[in-house]
Amino acid sequence: MDAIFAETLWITCKFAVFTTLILIVVGLPLSYWLAYSKFRFKPLVEALVSMPMVLPPSVIGYYMLVAYSPRHWFGGWLLDTFNVRLAFTFEGILLASVIFSMPFMVQPLQNGLRALPDSLREASYTLGKSKMVTFLRVLVPNIKPSIITAIALTFAHSIGEFGIVLMVGGNMPGETKVASIAIYDEVQALNFAKANQYALILFSISLLLLTIIYSVNKKHDPWKAM
Amino acid sequence: MESNVITLEVEKMMLTANGKLNLSVDTRIQTGEFVALFGLSGAGKTTLLRILSGLMKPDKGLVKFGDTVWFDSSRGINIPPQERNISFMFQDYALFPNMTVEENIHFAQPMKDNATALELLSIFGLSEFRKRKPGGLSGGQKQRVALARALARKPQLLLLDEPLSALDSGMRLTLQNEIYKAHQLLGATTIMVSHDLGEVFRLASHVLCIKKGQISKEGTPDEVFSDSSISGKVQITGQVARIAKQDTVNIVTVIAGGSQIIKVIAFDSDMEALNIGDNVLVFTKAFNPMLVKLMA
Repeated sequence: MDAIFAETLWITCKFAVFTTLILIVVGLPLSYWLAYSKFRFKPLVEALVSMPMVLPPSVIGYYMLVAYSPRHWFGGWLLDTFNVRLAFTFEGILLASVIFSMPFMVQPLQNGLRALPDSLREASYTLGKSKMVTFLRVLVPNIKPSIITAIALTFAHSIGEFGIVLMVGGNMPGETKVASIAIYDEVQALNFAKANQYALILFSISLLLLTIIYSVNKKHDPWKAM
Repeated sequence: MESNVITLEVEKMMLTANGKLNLSVDTRIQTGEFVALFGLSGAGKTTLLRILSGLMKPDKGLVKFGDTVWFDSSRGINIPPQERNISFMFQDYALFPNMTVEENIHFAQPMKDNATALELLSIFGLSEFRKRKPGGLSGGQKQRVALARALARKPQLLLLDEPLSALDSGMRLTLQNEIYKAHQLLGATTIMVSHDLGEVFRLASHVLCIKKGQISKEGTPDEVFSDSSISGKVQITGQVARIAKQDTVNIVTVIAGGSQIIKVIAFDSDMEALNIGDNVLVFTKAFNPMLVKLMA
């Protein structure tokens, strides 16, 4: 394994792990809100979260690239306040990936929460427990299969991320070059052996993760066995 | 005297299977009583219980526990369920599937107290199941855990939503005793939703009959369900199971207490408005038992 190959895999792995970690932290409260809020414009928020499932990555990638530009208020603000440029950087593709993989985290969590009987939450409230305690000690532990599904889907999805990384990150070795892009690159260079190595690794990881999801979901018939 | 009375004056528009129904209730409940909310499904019993618990907000009105205001629409007060010091036992028991029996009890305790938890488990015959999760318990065991958990909170008001509806008749009888035990143990007020007449007679000291969102009758079970002019020596309540006509009389089969069969001879004039499934009172005045339809 040469250094570039190893570095690309390392970036891919780091990229997927960070995307997943950030999305757990963001996704749990967001899906809680989406599952139970009676906010009038909730459908709009739900639609926005799900947009990456229907839009081509180039659309979101384009908007993000525009927003990252120092001439845009967001990019300008980042540059002035933190001296950070996001276009063609690892942080830039990470933020894009967080937004792009959001539905893969939020939807399983939201469905898991909605499938829990209301009486669980209500019982906890009547036993004097706050919404926070109820969320952490009653709701989250009882949607474990959904959490595992969400994590595996998000991880698998971000490891295979292509379009948005290409749009926002370009193809900077050691910075934004992830495995899926490396495959494209190697094929362009007629380097089929290398492309094959990358492809096989991505294929195996994704297969493994999806198998885990399905075996977990088969074992758990979540709370309904109660 | 205000301090030992629960004030319930509420209105709430309910959406039921049969369309909109305005729940409108104005009553006082003495603390320490075992109160049954009795009526057909969809009459508003569970809604009342949820309003008392704070899980549901009435459209307007006043809910007070003693001198403590729980809800007052005119002053914009609505105390959340967490701060009402109640326990609500749900129809599906709502045991937390991720916790063992023991952990379910601990969760309910304001301060973790292992000795009390073990005592509760032993009172309800759950000691040997304390390490099990609810998924591995029978219906009756779950019901006991739910009761024990409700008591672990040490509530001043225990609310039971059809606690026995999911159990067979033999089990119901046993668990009715457990519920009564729970009420006495707590020494607090218990309000139970039920549409089982036997259950109400056995447990309640006070009955509120709810009909189409309003209290149609209230009093002791005897006052509410039977005509006080009857001075019979033996009174049994049951349900009409069969009506068979023989010559000039009818033979009415009444099932009481879930399994006891009583056959009563009734004349056509006694049979007015009596149908299969009606709740009846069987009483003896002279020689033959007689029947009276119970109002609810």
